[in-house]
Amino acid sequence: MTMIDTDEDRTQRPGIGALFTGFLGLGLMGFGGVLPMARRMMVDDRRWLTAAEFTDLLGLCQFLPGGNIINMSVAVGMKFQGWRGALASIFGIIAAPTAIVICLGAIYDRYRQDPHVEHLFAGLAAAAAGLLVALAWKVMKPLLKKPAALVIVAALFLAIAVLRLPLLATMLVMAPISILLSWRLSR
Amino acid sequence: MSATLIALAVIFTELSLIAFGGGNSVLPEMQRRVVEVQHWVTADEFSALFALAQAAPGPNMMIVPLIGWHVAGFSGLLVSSVAKFLPSSLIACFAVTLWDRFRDRPWRAVVQAGLVPVTAGLVAASAAVITVASVHSWLLAAITGVTAGLSALTRAHPLAVLGLGALAGLLFGGF
Repeated sequence: MTMIDTDEDRTQRPGIGALFTGFLGLGLMGFGGVLPMARRMMVDDRRWLTAAEFTDLLGLCQFLPGGNIINMSVAVGMKFQGWRGALASIFGIIAAPTAIVICLGAIYDRYRQDPHVEHLFAGLAAAAAGLLVALAWKVMKPLLKKPAALVIVAALFLAIAVLRLPLLATMLVMAPISILLSWRLSR
Repeated sequence: MSATLIALAVIFTELSLIAFGGGNSVLPEMQRRVVEVQHWVTADEFSALFALAQAAPGPNMMIVPLIGWHVAGFSGLLVSSVAKFLPSSLIACFAVTLWDRFRDRPWRAVVQAGLVPVTAGLVAASAAVITVASVHSWLLAAITGVTAGLSALTRAHPLAVLGLGALAGLLFGGF
C-alpha cells in the first residue's frame, strides 16, 4: 500500500492552461496512434495520472463511442477541471492536426492535376489502405480461435463492405446479438 | 443554414454516436454517405482525403474536418467537427462521472467483450472498402500489399510506411 500512496502523492492536478498545452503537444506528436505518446505525457512526464489510473481511464474510453484519444482528452479535462477543462483538452488535441490537415488538403486541391502529384497521392492512398489491412489483421488475430466471434466479424463485413447496408441499422441488430453471445459464452 | 451544412451535421452526429472501437470502424459508412448518397466527392477523392488525414499527426479522425472543409469551406469544417466530436464528448463527460459506479459491474465487461468482434468486422470492412477505392493498377496493389505486410509484421513507423507508398507511386506511377 505504501508504494501506491507515494505514487498518488506524485501526481499533480493540471489547470486549464496546462490541459490545453499538454494535449496541444500530444496532437502534434502522434502519427497513426497517439496512445503510447498519451501515456508518456500524462503518466511519465507531467504526472497527471498514475499508471493504474491511466489504464482504468483507457478502459472507459474504449467502452464509449468515439476515438479513444479524443474521449481520453475529454475525460481527463472533465476529471480535473470540469467542462471548461474538457473543452480546453479537446481543443488542444484537435487544433493543430486540423490546421495541418487543411493545409495538406489545400495543397492536394491545388496541385492534384499535376501527374507527379497525382501519382504521389495514388501511392499514398494505396499505402493508407495497406495500413488499414494491417490494422484489420491485428484486430482479427486474437479472434481467430473463437468461432462465434468470427461469425459476427463475417456478418458485419458482409453487411457493411459487400452489401453496403446502413451502419446504424446494422449496429442496432448486430451489437445486441454479439453482446448476448458474449454473455452466454461468459456464463 | 444551408442544406449541405444540415446534411453534414446529421451524418457526423450519427457517426459520432455509433463509432464504437474508434473512427476506423465508421469509415465505410462515412464513405457510403459522402460518396454514394451525397455525391460530394468521388471514391478516389475520398481515399485521397483519408490518406491525407493519415499522413497528418494527431487522432485518426482528422478526415472529418477535411471532408467538411472540402464540401462547404470553413463553415463546413466547423459543423462537421462539432457534429463528430461533441456528442461522443458529452457522453464521455457524463460517463467519467459515473465510471466509479459501473466500472466493476459484470455487464460492463460483457458489453465490452461483445463489442470486440463488431469492431473487428467493421475495421475489416474499412480495409476492404478503402482498398477497393484506392487500388486501380498492379503497382498500387503491390504498394498496398507491401505496406500491409510491413505494418503487420514489423515495427515500421506508420509515417515511414506512408512515405514509402507515396515515393513508390511518384517513381513508378508514370510507367
